[in-house]
Amino acid sequence: MLYALLCYNNEAAVCGLSPEEDAKMMAGVRRVEEKILARGKFGPRLRLMPTTAATFVKAGKDPLVIDGPFAETKEQLLGFWILECDSLEDAIEAGKHLAREREYGGIEVRPISAYNPPGVQD
Amino acid sequence: MNDASWIGRTLAAARPQAVGALLRYFRDLDAAEEAFQEASLKALQNWTKNGPPRDPVAWLIFVGRNAGIDEVRKRARETVLPDENVLSDLGDAEPRMVERIDNADYQDDVLRLLFVCCHPELPATQQIALALRVVSGLTVPEIARAFLVSEAAMEQRITRAKRKIAAAGIGFETPSAVERVERLATVSAMIYLLFNEGYSASGGDAHIREPLCEEAIRLGYLLLRMFPSEPELMGLVALMLFQHARAPARLDDNGEIVLLEDQDRSLWRSGPIEEAKVLIEKAARHQRPGSYQLQAAIAYEHAVAKNAAETDWQAIAGYYQVLESIHPNPVITLNRAVAVEKVEGAEAALQLVETVAEPLSGYFYLHGVRGALLSKLGKEREARRAFEKAISLASTPAEAAHIRKQLDRLQLI
Repeated sequence: MLYALLCYNNEAAVCGLSPEEDAKMMAGVRRVEEKILARGKFGPRLRLMPTTAATFVKAGKDPLVIDGPFAETKEQLLGFWILECDSLEDAIEAGKHLAREREYGGIEVRPISAYNPPGVQD
Repeated sequence: MNDASWIGRTLAAARPQAVGALLRYFRDLDAAEEAFQEASLKALQNWTKNGPPRDPVAWLIFVGRNAGIDEVRKRARETVLPDENVLSDLGDAEPRMVERIDNADYQDDVLRLLFVCCHPELPATQQIALALRVVSGLTVPEIARAFLVSEAAMEQRITRAKRKIAAAGIGFETPSAVERVERLATVSAMIYLLFNEGYSASGGDAHIREPLCEEAIRLGYLLLRMFPSEPELMGLVALMLFQHARAPARLDDNGEIVLLEDQDRSLWRSGPIEEAKVLIEKAARHQRPGSYQLQAAIAYEHAVAKNAAETDWQAIAGYYQVLESIHPNPVITLNRAVAVEKVEGAEAALQLVETVAEPLSGYFYLHGVRGALLSKLGKEREARRAFEKAISLASTPAEAAHIRKQLDRLQLI
């Protein structure tokens, strides 16, 4: 089964990191990924640019394009991992490893219902 | 990461909005800062115990307001506010609180807080120092270190600046759309000034001052989150990201300046460059060009060129020309001259430089550029005089060393 591990956090606080602090944080993430590999296999892993770089295209016949950040949410989706593992238990365990690295925000463990790897047509 | 570090970062990120809202309540900068300070202390105790609240900004405003009201309870007809310990349980109080402070309030609060720091009577360096203290929450010793002055002198400077803005009075009425645009422009200029204070490192060690650049970028993001559809804000943040991305390549091992064309481009940080590209593309969709967007477009051309030789100088010279037409300014003309040299040659560039030699006679870069052009045209004696003038105006050892290198090269010819 494929799971998405979605990382939510306070973007303003994460964006406030200096390049050195950011590198330290990412090094921590890499170490955790090593642990997770014992229970599963990673698909794509990605980090999103801040919501200030985002654009929102609103549904409709003549879609309205709105500059992000658009939602008044307190925590933003900052990135995610795709993980292949045998059980929800394993996925949650992976989420816990990632969550232990941080004191704020959280990891949403979300099963994937359809997945099209790059280069594969339906 | 430990508890204290994430709480510290969360407090720092929440500070502008929280202090801005408290300023609106108390109508006094010192009272707002004290109330925030009080709320931060309670956060340190409470958050470690109960975990972080869902909305740290609202929590801090609520608790700060409570603490501030304690001081003036006798005069205020406020009902008793709930204790902050119940707030983290995500009871009823917090969501209602959040509803009351909607995004429009936050926008104007943050803008006002930055704007009061930009009072026209305050010299630029005081505006920056005040913003670092009040908005960013840097400590006086930290600011003093960045500005290379004693703590006592910085303390005095900030106190004096605060007195001046208190005397001038702060506008609390909701700004009109036109006022809002004007405030944004004033505040943007101050943020860019702060960035340049770190970037040009006038009279100091560049490494000490890099945090000033980071703080300016942080403030830029803050405004952009508040005003997501302002193309000039996108331009400002893009410009700072482009420039700051080059920081690792700007000085050599001896702390000497490495010119853009000689920089090792593999040292440039690719993340901020990619993000800045997106921001100027977003900005361009609005079709409302402005000076930050144009400067960012110039920085973009440098960032995407594989090496100095492949830089699209024609495009850069064009952007400078548009910039000049929006904001006639001799420094922009000087910069255009540098681009013109690459397209039309040293002779044309020198002619352009001479048109601004008078107003920029005390400007280090004018003499540096002039010297380089003269030496390219074989006018060695004049070139030497220009370089010597530049050295006398250099404000950092790195600047002086760079010109001296060019002088040495001249002597070899």
